[in-house]
Amino acid sequence: MRKLSLFMGLLVVVAMFIGACAAPVAPAAPATEAAEAATEAAAPAGEPFKIALIMPSTTTDYSWSQSIYDGLKAVQTEMGGEGALEIAVSENMFQVADAGNAIRDYATNGYDLVIAHGAQYGNPLFEVAKDFPETSFAWGTTTNTGADQGLANVFAYEPAAQEGGYLNGVAAALLSDKNVIGVVGPVEAGDAKLYINGFVAGVKATEPDTAVNVTYTGQFGDTALAAEAANTQIEAGADVLTGSAQQVVGAIQTAKDKGVYWFGSQSDQAPLATDIVVTSVVYDWTKVIKDMIESHNAGTLGGKVFTMTLNDGGQTMVYNDQSTVPAEKMAEIKTAVEAAAKGIQDGSIVPAK
Amino acid sequence: MTRRTWSLRLFEALLPIAAVLLAFAIGAVLLLALGENPLEAYWTLISGAFGSVAGLAATLTKMTPLILVGLGIVISFRGGVINIGGEGQLIIGALGATAFALAFSSWPGWLLLPLTLIMGALAGAFWGGIAGSLKAWLNVNEILSTVMLNSIALLLVNWLLRGPLLDPAQKAAGTNIPQTAAIPESTWLPRLIPRTQLHAGLLLALVLAVLVYFLLWRTTLGYRIRTVGLNPSAARYAGIPVPFYVALSLVLGGAFAGLAGAVEVMGLHHRMLEGLSGGYGFSGIVAALFGKLHPIGLIPASFFFGGLLVGADKMQRAIQVPSALITVINGMVVMFVVASDLYVRRAKRRYSAEAMSSIGESAAPPAAGDGTAAELVP
Amino acid sequence: MFEQLFTVTAIVGIIHSGIRLATPYLFASLGEMFAQRSGVVNLGVEGIMLMGAFSGYYVVLITGNPWLGLLVALIVGALLGLLMAVISVTMQAEQGISGIGLTLFGVGLSSLLFKVLVGSPTGVSGFQPVEIPVLSSIPIIGDLFFDYEIPTYIAFLLVPISLYVLMRTTLGLKIRAVGQNPQAADSLGVSVPRVRYATVIFGGAMAGVAGASLSIGIIDIFQENMTNGMGFIAVALVYFGGWRPLGVLAGALLFSMVNSLQLWAQVLNLPISPDFAVMLPYILTIVVLALTARQIRQPAALTKPYERGD
Repeated sequence: MRKLSLFMGLLVVVAMFIGACAAPVAPAAPATEAAEAATEAAAPAGEPFKIALIMPSTTTDYSWSQSIYDGLKAVQTEMGGEGALEIAVSENMFQVADAGNAIRDYATNGYDLVIAHGAQYGNPLFEVAKDFPETSFAWGTTTNTGADQGLANVFAYEPAAQEGGYLNGVAAALLSDKNVIGVVGPVEAGDAKLYINGFVAGVKATEPDTAVNVTYTGQFGDTALAAEAANTQIEAGADVLTGSAQQVVGAIQTAKDKGVYWFGSQSDQAPLATDIVVTSVVYDWTKVIKDMIESHNAGTLGGKVFTMTLNDGGQTMVYNDQSTVPAEKMAEIKTAVEAAAKGIQDGSIVPAK
Repeated sequence: MTRRTWSLRLFEALLPIAAVLLAFAIGAVLLLALGENPLEAYWTLISGAFGSVAGLAATLTKMTPLILVGLGIVISFRGGVINIGGEGQLIIGALGATAFALAFSSWPGWLLLPLTLIMGALAGAFWGGIAGSLKAWLNVNEILSTVMLNSIALLLVNWLLRGPLLDPAQKAAGTNIPQTAAIPESTWLPRLIPRTQLHAGLLLALVLAVLVYFLLWRTTLGYRIRTVGLNPSAARYAGIPVPFYVALSLVLGGAFAGLAGAVEVMGLHHRMLEGLSGGYGFSGIVAALFGKLHPIGLIPASFFFGGLLVGADKMQRAIQVPSALITVINGMVVMFVVASDLYVRRAKRRYSAEAMSSIGESAAPPAAGDGTAAELVP
Repeated sequence: MFEQLFTVTAIVGIIHSGIRLATPYLFASLGEMFAQRSGVVNLGVEGIMLMGAFSGYYVVLITGNPWLGLLVALIVGALLGLLMAVISVTMQAEQGISGIGLTLFGVGLSSLLFKVLVGSPTGVSGFQPVEIPVLSSIPIIGDLFFDYEIPTYIAFLLVPISLYVLMRTTLGLKIRAVGQNPQAADSLGVSVPRVRYATVIFGGAMAGVAGASLSIGIIDIFQENMTNGMGFIAVALVYFGGWRPLGVLAGALLFSMVNSLQLWAQVLNLPISPDFAVMLPYILTIVVLALTARQIRQPAALTKPYERGD
């Protein structure tokens, strides 16, 4: 009995520790309040538009998942808050079967638009979309809306990551003094591969003699290995770095410690290291999301493909003017990047996929 | 059955529930700290897992791989091997099944479907067999090898799904989603309830649970595996080739995990893709130990633990708490339930001591190998 | 075709990265080694590392003091070690599963606290690389061995200390006795539970420090689930090391050096597929152990709960 009470006592301590840590900030938990407020506000002002988002990572990953969440939040603010747009999020859905359950459940619960934010979610999405013809679904990264399976309620989106990669490549080539640039990639596939291919093309088009070394870590979430990969790149002579996936948070931190410039992708990564992040190619989801909402309300539940290019505003270049890059260099970079962007937009430059 | 036995049984059944309630109570503190109503949250969890046809179907779907992986864990642990390689074995099994079904897609369904299942099991058995052989003949500890083999399997599949096994349609479309082509429809396991993911793999898992029970307690092979697990030196003394049975328990463990992978592919995804497993290797261990390392006990344990996972996801959706909170509660459930087992063992010992003293020599001690907690510790 | 690897820059770089990568493994594995030597397998290392990483990071974020961060990570790790000890020693629970429970608990709690208290990743200024005067100015050697963050030096110092404590002190003798033959140790007046509590708590503390060595030492940032399975590798390395400090050192160095080697092979564009390169550390660890493991004997009472008068 003595041991049992010891055990209980310990649990209480742990619980209090947890409670104490969590309590002070609890009122700031935004998502939950948002959800509550939305249900309260729903009745008088008419039903809000309801969007569910299923993501493989988290809303604060500084990359793929965060970029769309930020976009949703921006659209929500623009539409007038939770009363007009209700957002539900399922994070860390790395198991496809769980994502399938989530997609079906959101559809069952009357969400107007269910976004499956990962290429791996396609199979369950199509399966559910067949059963809920009145609900809109969205799936990325793909151009497949399931039209060949008779589906008319699936949107598809695929960022042309090579375009943004190309611009970052142009900028990086101009900035590298040693003519060695390092890339920290996750797995040679999908969005990361497109970005890196575009980046290499951009570098080579600007400074043909500059070497671009690419390291893959084999994973998306290995922060420590990504950090060490960045270190390796720097020790091998790179003075400018870039990368893709949520694990680059570790690589950016290494670049910051060593004073090496970084080019961000997917989300604006400047807040991580103001001094050294020069530019970020950012996915701007607001247009895509607004288009999907408008289409849905107009009765078109799917079938559209959004490519997210520089042309349609799906990707934008964010310059960080607080970096330590000298102003005249930054101006040179801006000029070159804008010229390249124009070239991509009018079709005279086609970054390889 | 005397009244004492029944009260013991009741105690044994109620104690884990008390442990779960304790974990939920601490979780309630966390929920309150996050500004949520714990009762509402837990009601969502329970009704989400068991309160509707869709929820129940999701729970049963989740239960299927848990049982299959768990059966492999039961055999391995009973054989004295700590197999934490379920994750890798499952992935390789799924891969083997998919590759086979795609390669021989023209074969008739009645032949292809069972062969695909078997190929999944064989592939998993091969992956488990690597760790098994390393342990049996080269003295490489299985925790080390299975941890490493999990990572290798994951990286291997990542590569195969982007290269040799990539869906030709994906390659043509230039989208390159890392997944294989769909396996032929003749190898899909039938769905049991329309508009849900529940498939016939569940029935297979239930039948196999019974068969594993017979294997372990009604055959010489099973007896030998358990003997090696309980007391290797006694087994050696009795003339059992210990290394062979050590390797065999990992081969069988891998076979069931591989079968789980094949069933997930054939029943659920109809192709091999990333994110197929995502932790069944570990959830299977939890389910197996909740089921007291008994194939039949595994069934309710998997139902419960599957329900917990499904309900927790539902809770995340319904009240938008971070998924991390649910992981915390799951962790506490696991710790408290295993810890509470001490009181069951104590009660049993007290009971058998009393029985011995009152009945004297005529009472036999609890039969070894009846699969109860007396021999829980692997 | 591999001649690029044999330049001073590459060799120094490989060793440099390898030593840094080995740091968290050394802490976690040496701690776990003591726990296992006394008979307790703690599979919760991964969860404790994450809690250590978060708590150390959070303290540095608030106070800016990396030493305080390291201390708090150590205490948090020790507390979680205590939890593991209560469950596995006092409650005599099955160790594998309680460790998995602890891992879930730590993974979840660290992300939850991070979400609630911090929100999104922000860098901190943790330990900076210290250049040891004179020594670090020696060409090559200086670069190789005297340019790391403090936790790295502590990790490597821990190896001889562990060796000394385990093999040359009464405490070490007690630990080994308890893991080898608890009945005999008990009959000689050694308290089996007390020794096991001590080693499991120490193991937890070291796992906490291991996490902090990443979040405030080497990387200086926290991200949810940032250890990404390192805790399990750390447990595996104890087996690789055959429960001996030098063996653990060898395992941690082998795994990390191969990892840094493959990163360098990729940077230098050597004709090795990155897909294969990333598997190398895992494959080689198994292969090397398979070639050398014949002599290793594990502590006889490993994973076996002890109860008096059985």
